[in-house]
Amino acid sequence: MKIKSPKDFWAGVMFIGFGLFTVAWSLTHYQMGTAVRMGPGYFPTMLGGLLVVLGVAVLIESMVVVGPPVPAFFFRPLILISAACVAYGYLMKPLGLIGATAALVFISAFGGHEFKWKEVSILFVILVVFSVLVFVKGLTLPFPLCPDFIENCPIR
Amino acid sequence: MEILNNLILGFGVAITPINLFYCLIGCLLGTLIGVLPGIGPVATIAMLLPITFNLNPISALIMLSGIYYGAQYGGSTTAILVNIPGESSSVVTCLDGYQMARQGRAGPALAIAAIGSFFAGCAATLLIAFAAPPLAELALKFGPAEYFSLMVLGLVAATVLAHGSLIKAIAMVIFGLLLGIAGTDVNSGVLRFTFDIPELSDGIGFVVVAMGMFGTAEIIANLEMKEKRQIFTATLKSLFPTKEDWKRSWAPIMRGTILGSMLGILPGGGALLASFGAYTLEKKVSKYPHEFGKGAIEGVAGPESANNAGAQTSFIPMLTLGIPGNAVMALMIGALMIQGIAPGPQVMNEKPQLFWGLIASMWVGNLMLVVLNLPLIGMWIKLLTVPYRYLYPSILVFMAIGVYSLSNNAFDVLIMAVFGILGYVCVKLECEPAPMILGFILGPLMEENLRRAMLLSRGDPFVFVSPSKPISLGFLVASAILLTIVAMPSIRKKRDEAFAAEDA
Repeated sequence: MKIKSPKDFWAGVMFIGFGLFTVAWSLTHYQMGTAVRMGPGYFPTMLGGLLVVLGVAVLIESMVVVGPPVPAFFFRPLILISAACVAYGYLMKPLGLIGATAALVFISAFGGHEFKWKEVSILFVILVVFSVLVFVKGLTLPFPLCPDFIENCPIR
Repeated sequence: MEILNNLILGFGVAITPINLFYCLIGCLLGTLIGVLPGIGPVATIAMLLPITFNLNPISALIMLSGIYYGAQYGGSTTAILVNIPGESSSVVTCLDGYQMARQGRAGPALAIAAIGSFFAGCAATLLIAFAAPPLAELALKFGPAEYFSLMVLGLVAATVLAHGSLIKAIAMVIFGLLLGIAGTDVNSGVLRFTFDIPELSDGIGFVVVAMGMFGTAEIIANLEMKEKRQIFTATLKSLFPTKEDWKRSWAPIMRGTILGSMLGILPGGGALLASFGAYTLEKKVSKYPHEFGKGAIEGVAGPESANNAGAQTSFIPMLTLGIPGNAVMALMIGALMIQGIAPGPQVMNEKPQLFWGLIASMWVGNLMLVVLNLPLIGMWIKLLTVPYRYLYPSILVFMAIGVYSLSNNAFDVLIMAVFGILGYVCVKLECEPAPMILGFILGPLMEENLRRAMLLSRGDPFVFVSPSKPISLGFLVASAILLTIVAMPSIRKKRDEAFAAEDA
């Protein structure tokens, strides 16, 4: 057998993997129940099984019908954009809104094609001022502004 | 006369200063994102969902729906002036609208697009007002079996509209259903697929998934391409269409409105399908088919009316049945649930202000769009010159704030990033995220109704197709027919062509 449509092949693998995991996990962890009184495992097992069947169908199709190759992954934006978001979330408590926004803007800007310190810094200032005015002052979201270790935040 | 009273009630709600304000914000934001390619109504509404938590439900829904139909206006403006479809539903407007602009007739094209949209918006609003109450009445008689079958129909329709392989689209729906049931099982209290992570006990947040799949994934995909934005702006002379323009446009506007309204009501329908359908129809019935693609005003009038009508009538299944027909409507349901309102036929009776206020606000919003947008066109065009390297960090900041504020928890932002990566993989493998989102929203509802139906039927699976339940049977038959039609080779080819035209 030869893979003729790599996109479909990997999609099929993804579906089968996810479906198998769901079925296996449901069977080992949750009660099945009966058709009349379905237990917590019934619906997920059914769906997981269906997903495996569909995944196999996609896989078979990928051996028969010719399709385009999987386009290359661009890891730079993928990693940096994801990392920027995660950094924002986990830096909010220790560093406050200003620090977290700085991390998000600068890391994500590195994920683009050109990075100019001056431009990104100006963008950061605009976004921080906007966030503070609209979200913290305007919509009163309870975000800390300054880092944890500064006792008296000068910005109120 | 009841309709009249209801509409009066609705307008009373819609024209209060606070609601007018949110309607205006929604329309402006909608036009803004409609103008900007790369960010659509789904991502914007997902971004704003957490903020609506602080608003009252009526204002929140008025603003969010303004974004949806406002985006249709904005999308057509850039399609006509600079040949960039800001929204996928305005792709066909590029064909003839931009040609008209190059012939120095940008003004009439914009005016006809706006007037056609306005007319379609008014007609669709009336249609909602008339069609919704009887539909809701019917829906009140639905039992769990009917609801389950209706959701099957909705999901099938969603797969029909997805790009590419039908099997992959169905698999994505199942994938979404499975993700949707993670969390505490309402019947048994068992924690399912939470892997001992306390944050997952309430399930994965819908907003988080939507922002990851549509927001961050899209940004990552956009960053692959080098920026090249050269804009040749057409000059605007006169806005007014000639007598000849009017004569050629009124019929396409009517046809577009009717076709768009019908396609919008169908589950899985909406603005996109409507505009493509209307363009094909106009080309077929026109006396000047050779002019299409070279600046025929019918090619602007028909699709523009249709996409606005479709955008609005797609509220009908959402408002009356609680079933979302497309991803935007799924977000609207999310907005209702954030406000503690269970979507469904009872909304109309229990919250008449909300229901009729929203409908009236659509009319008000359409009026605002016509009055505001024609003078503001110059400003929207300037916005197109903002480089993406400024835009995407800003979009990320708003998304991150929105997600973090859901429960002041870093975990939600982490999950958003995870779904961003998953969304990117899906883009690469040509698996559509839209059906998945619909499945995700419907997962818990479907399981609940399936369990109840099976309990009531004492485990007989044929309850869904038994003659004693004609409505349920009808839904399932309709689903089967839809699937067969799409699987047929000739239709499949047409569908591929339509999507190919959209990608071009």
